[in-house]
Order: sequence, then structure tokens, then C-alpha cells
Amino acid sequence: MTSTPAPPSRLIPLLRQIGGTVVTLFVTFLGLLMVTFFISNVIPVDPVLSILGERATEAQMEEARERLGLNEPLWKQFGIYVGNTLQGDLGTSIRTREPVLQEVSQRFPATLELATLATILGVLLGVPAGVIAATKPGSFFDQSTRLIGLMGYSMPVFWLGLMGLLLFYGQLGWVGGPGRLDAGYQMSLDFELTQYTGMILLDTALNNRWDMFANAFSHIILPAGILAYISMAYISRMTRSFMMNELGQEYITTARVKGMPERRVIWVHALKNVMVPLITVIALSYAYLLEGAVLTETIFAWPGLGSYITDALMVADMPAVLGGTVVVGIAYIGLNMLSDLLYRLVDPRARV
Amino acid sequence: MLLEPTLRRVGAVAIAALMLGTAPAALMAETPADTLVLAGAIDDIVSLDPHEAYEFSGLDVVNNTYDGLVEINPATLQTEPGLAESWSVAEDGLTYTFKMKAGVTFSSGNPVTAEAAAYSLQRAVKLNKTPAFILNQFGWTAETVDAMITGAGDTLTIKVDKPYAPTFLYNCLTAGVASIVDADVVKANEVVTDGVSDLGNEYLKTHSAGTGAFTLRSFKPNEGYVLEMRPGYWRGDAKMAKIFMTHVPEAATERLQLEKGDIDVARTLTPIDVAGMAGNADVAIQEDVGGQIYYLSFNQKNENYKNAKFLDAMRYAVDYQGMADTFMKGAAVVHQNFLPSGYLGALDDNPYSLDIEKAKALVAESGITDPTIKLSVRNAADRMDVAQSIQNTFGQAGIKVELSVGEGAEQLKEYRARQHDGTLQTWGPDYPDPNTNSSTFAENPDNSDAANNTGYLAWRNAYDPGEMTAESKAAVLEQDPAKRVEMYAALQKKFRETAPFIVMFQQARQTGVRANVKGFYTGGAVDSTAYWLVTK
Repeated sequence: MTSTPAPPSRLIPLLRQIGGTVVTLFVTFLGLLMVTFFISNVIPVDPVLSILGERATEAQMEEARERLGLNEPLWKQFGIYVGNTLQGDLGTSIRTREPVLQEVSQRFPATLELATLATILGVLLGVPAGVIAATKPGSFFDQSTRLIGLMGYSMPVFWLGLMGLLLFYGQLGWVGGPGRLDAGYQMSLDFELTQYTGMILLDTALNNRWDMFANAFSHIILPAGILAYISMAYISRMTRSFMMNELGQEYITTARVKGMPERRVIWVHALKNVMVPLITVIALSYAYLLEGAVLTETIFAWPGLGSYITDALMVADMPAVLGGTVVVGIAYIGLNMLSDLLYRLVDPRARV
Repeated sequence: MLLEPTLRRVGAVAIAALMLGTAPAALMAETPADTLVLAGAIDDIVSLDPHEAYEFSGLDVVNNTYDGLVEINPATLQTEPGLAESWSVAEDGLTYTFKMKAGVTFSSGNPVTAEAAAYSLQRAVKLNKTPAFILNQFGWTAETVDAMITGAGDTLTIKVDKPYAPTFLYNCLTAGVASIVDADVVKANEVVTDGVSDLGNEYLKTHSAGTGAFTLRSFKPNEGYVLEMRPGYWRGDAKMAKIFMTHVPEAATERLQLEKGDIDVARTLTPIDVAGMAGNADVAIQEDVGGQIYYLSFNQKNENYKNAKFLDAMRYAVDYQGMADTFMKGAAVVHQNFLPSGYLGALDDNPYSLDIEKAKALVAESGITDPTIKLSVRNAADRMDVAQSIQNTFGQAGIKVELSVGEGAEQLKEYRARQHDGTLQTWGPDYPDPNTNSSTFAENPDNSDAANNTGYLAWRNAYDPGEMTAESKAAVLEQDPAKRVEMYAALQKKFRETAPFIVMFQQARQTGVRANVKGFYTGGAVDSTAYWLVTK
């Protein structure tokens, strides 16, 4: 977003800006659809064969190709696909024959819940850690934050997940195991709980089922903690670097010279300016987690979007893969837009 | 049975290896006392409509929520009367009369009648989903089935188009597709679109309407299902009030849950997990076999593979036992015949073993110089291990093997188009009768390219089995069960000695159960899991 010189009327540029955003969004979205669609068409897998399996006769395969519209020219298939998607129809899963939108919307809350909790934890830990590290560069705290961050960055997430399970669930018994609830609760979930959001922590709280809430919390805390660790590693590194940059600015020196308490200089003056680029960092990290953190979901038997897309890929269920990818793409675009909006809230220069 | 779940779950094996020898968990969670909690990979489920389900996990549910006229005893794996009390076949072998068991009810409370049984078989044929071909074999089509299968009072009359071996019909009637459904409930839930009824298919995908020991309480694709016991089951009430299956794709995770006691049964463990749990008194490992067969086959468009000496050389150049004792341990056992152990007429002797010198001599006798095989292999860890062992031992015998590694579906396409040279494949039987594998391996009615008989494995390898086609067709018509067994034995023997196929292994299954769990039967090679006998 570029800042424009003070206009005579504020309405027209605002409309122009909104219009520009909408066009940008639409073009981005179309690009997303095009890329996902064509990638899914160049991979050398015959979806018909993977659905019908070895026993299929040629006639059955031809019938399926016709039914799935795979005999149409590619550009026509793409046109139909875009048209349907814009109407909210993500197609039908080849394998389950259920609408993809319905399946994705059943899976998305589980991922959303996990990613949101992980991001909150990541921000709560990562931002202060980065700020403190920046104010005492080279200190023991700075070095250990860097080491911990480096580990979070470089360790494969499935390894962390399995080790975390082994230690905190297997050995220490501090947390619940894989899945979103203990078997006893999980079985009765659909019958005893009104599911408003599909997010178990919220739903159990709204239903006043605090026993179930505690159980769900014991299950989500480990996968969320592991994702938070990765997100924290990134956020703290970026915060530190932004903060270092900011602390070298003249206005900070001025504030210090004026005799302002150091705490206020760092946590109010500097942090406020750091927040601007940090918002993008946090939004991107959140979007990354929304992708489903595929391996984490697999290891923790978490029925989210990541495992949905993986399962679909295994059987070349392309409508499901595409649908899942489009939802992730929309989340990316949405979060980008949100961070743009937040920019404007925290950075007066970006306001119209 | 299209998907083989365990084979796809090899992820993070290295990590599981790291977990070997870790002490059992200090804190023990408990599963509810009246509930059997299982973990496994159930993402293969497409539908729970018994006349559509055709995957391992789906058939497990069907087996516990429905029954057929003829059933398989979970403990002995022999056929026994199901919803039919007794039956007889007419002299001409074309008409069967089934007398229905009295006093059996569906979960709705409706009585099981011969009409309901006739409706069920007719529905399965008319619905025409993947497993319908099992019933089509008897000449039942959407047009003919109403006249060929009729029910009145307690008598069900079934006509077939040829005098088949009676055991062929009985075995096919044990398959999930021959389950008896509650006609009233199904009819009440039909959805008519553009004048065409779905025959209750949409409803039965997620509801049950059968006579089984359990009813389906809930099902969420790729998440899990809950079965609820119903009192008054004709084979005796289930001991567990509920069955809860959760979808846990990662074997190492399953192992951890089993050791913690958070689940009672782990269904998709890898051999590494099993080895890691040795010595844990809280866990027991049940071993049995599945129906899947591992085989090598060679395309006879390449003349080398018509050379009997060369084929023999290859049979002696496979390290069957070596593989079964090392990386295939727990996943497969040596088996060299096309009928899986447990099937009627299956041969269990394995005459071939690794003999490099003999193989070398046979290659020399064959007159083929510097033989080279391009072996197509799926890019899965277990397949690659087998292929590399073969490459090694074939190499020692003077047969060069080049591996062509690719994605499963693509390799299948190549195989079905007869474009491979050699290939490493697996095959799972379709229904619990020997004809299922006999017809696919040993029959090929027309070997021409134009015939496009992709359903016959012999055709895919451009192999004309000669008289075996007729012999296999005769075996399915043989009225004398003992003679039928002999016919399949002779076929398997001839096949393993002459065909361009090398059957190597039969799938083995290792199920981890908590030590207090008793009576868990997986159904072996011929049937699905039975939950109603489980206690804990």
C-alpha cells in the first residue's frame, strides 16, 4: 500500500483503493485456481484408474471418464471449474462422492483451532523473547534464544512430534495422546455436544462441558505447542532483527536522552514500530500453520485439512486436493488482506 | 479389495526404530470397560452400504452389522449356516432352496423373511456397485434377477444359469455383497432423483439396517466409527457394548497408544513396532495371514519368458526365505501358489528355494545369453526391498535386472496395457472362493491384443495358459467338493511349474492387542473382522 498525498476528497481514493484491492484479490484468486488446476492435470496419475482399481474394465473406465468430465478439452474443464468455484461449488470428491466443500468445512475447524492456538502461543512467547534478546545482544539470554530458535527452525516437525509424544504422553503422561479427545469423550462427541463451531475447545466451553474441555485441552496442547515452537522460533528471530534495527534509530536515542524509562522506550516506542513488519511475519506464519502442518496432523491423528489433502493425494482424488488447496489459498489471501488492514491501523502513514 | 492399508504406512519407520526398547509408559490410561477401542487406517472406506462396500475397513463394519444366508465362523474360518437354517440343491444343479432361520430380527425389530432375503440379493445386483460382479457370475443381472431369486414364507429359491459347484455359490454368499438388509427400512429411505431411485444407497452409506451383532451409531470418513451392540443377536449377544474405531494413520503413534492403554487394538503396526514391543507384558501380538499374494510376472511378448528353462532359472534365483526372515518378517510368509492359504483347495507346499548354482546352470541350458530384465516396481519401501533382493540374487545367477521405479497407478496402467517387461505385483482375492484367483491367474480365453482382457492377469502378461483355462472353468462347475479341491491343487501345481509367474509370498498380519483382550478374530484371508466375540 503506498501512501498518497493528501487528497481534496477522501472518498474517491478510498473507493479506488478498495476497487484496486478487489481486483488484486480476484486476479490472485484466479491465478491460484489456474496453478492448482494445471498442476493437478500434469501429474502423471490417471484418477480413473486409481478410483476404480485393477479390476475395472475399459467400459467402466470410459464411463467414469465421461461422468467426471475428463474427456472435455482442458481449457473447457478449467472454465467449468472456475465457474463452479465462484459459485461455491468445489466439486465432488471422487472417492467419497461427497461435496468437497462439505468435507473441507468439516475438517477446517480442527486445523483452524490448532493453528490459532499455536500462533497465539508462538506470539506470546516469540515477541517478548525477541525483544529481550535484542535489548541484550550477545547475552546468555540472546544466545540461548538463538539456539532454541535454530533448533525449532531446523528440526523436522514429525521428529519433534514423535519425540514430544514419546516424552510428554508416553513417558511422563502429562498430556493426552493423539486425536482430539480420549476415546470415551470422542465417541459421545456427536451426541452430547451441540457443535457450534467445530472447534472443540470453543464448543465444549459453550456447552458448559468443562470436563470435556479439560480433556480436549490436554490433547491439543502438545501438537499446538510443537507448532507454536516452530512459529515462535521464526517470530522471535524476526522480532529480534526488527528490534535491533529500530533501537538504532535516532528517535530512540532522543527518547532515552529525554530521560524516558528504558522499559517504556522499548515496549512502547520501539515495539509499536516493530509491530508493523511483525504483523506480516505473524500472518504468514499463521497461514503456514493453516496449511495444516501436514505431518503434525498425521502423527497426532488430527482430523484437519492437512491430513485431508494428504489422504486425497494418496488416491489421486484431485477435486478434494484442489478444494483443500483453494481453501488454504483463500486463507492466505484473506490473512494478507487482514495484515494490510492492520497495517493501516498501526501505521498512520498507510492510512488514506 | 483395492487398497492394502498397511503397505502405505511406512512413514517415519526410522523414528519408530529410534523408539525400540523404550520402557513402557509410566502412567496408564484406561479405555472404557464396556468399549473396545481400536486404531487403524480406515481411510479406504468408500461406503458402508453392504452392497457397495468393497474395501478392507468397510467390510469389517459390514461383517458386524449384517449377516448373509451363509456365514463364515470367525474362529474356524469354515462356512456355516447364517440367516438360512438349511439348504438343498436340485438334481440339475440349477435351483437352490434355502430355508430361512425362524425368529431372527433386524435391528429395527422387523422379522427376517425370505422376501427380505430375495429383495437384498436383487438390490445388490440392481445397485450394480463394484462388488456386484460377484453375484453377476451366477447369471443374475438387473433384468433377470427378479425372476431368478424369489422368496415366499420361509423359503428362498435361487436359480443359477449353469450347474456351478455348490461350494462356489455358498462361498460367494458369504461375501459382504450378499448381506441381507432390512427391506422395509431401505425402501423407506429411498431417494428418487429424476425418476430413478437410489435404492436407499445414500442412507445405507452411513446407517445400518441389518441383523448383525451391532448397529452403526456414527461414521465420520477418515476419523472413525462407533458401533453399538444390540441385544438378541442370533449368534449370541456381543460382549462389548460399543466398538470405537479411530483413524490413526501413523503406525508409531498407534504403538504408543497401545502401550499406554489408550486403545485396545492396534491394526496397522509395522514389524518394527512389533519388535519394539517385545517383552511388554501388557501387549500381545496376534499373527495370522491376509489374502494378498506377492508375485513376479513376465510379459511373454518377450520370447525369453516362453523359455521353460529360463523361467525355472528365475524360480530358483529368488531368496524367498531370506526375505521372509528379514525385512518381510511379520509382513509376509513364503507362499508359492496362487490360492492364498485358508482358501478351499489352497496348496501350502513351497517347492522352490534359493539355489544360485542351479539357477546358473538353468540359464546356461536355456540358451539365452546375457539375459536382462526390466523390472517395474512401485515406489513403496516394501516393494523396493523385495525388488533389490531379487536384483541381487538374479545378478548372482547371471540375470541382469534393471529396476524401473514408478508411482503405483502409473505402473498399473503400463501393466494393463501389456507394456511391461517384468513386474513385481500383489493381488488380493475378491471373494472367498478359489475361483477368484483361479480365474484371474490361470484363465485367458483370448490372448489377442484386441481382446483387451485386462481383468485376467494371464492376459496382461500375454500368456496363453492353454488347457488351464478350460480346467479352471471345469473346476467351478464341479459338483463334488472333494474332486473340486483336487482340481485346484492340480491347477496350482501346473501353474507354478509352467506359467511366467513366480508367486513368492502371502501377506501376514500382526495385530497388537492389550493383554486382557480375548477373542479378537481378523477373519484371516477369507473373511473380515468379527467384533462380537471380543471380551476384555
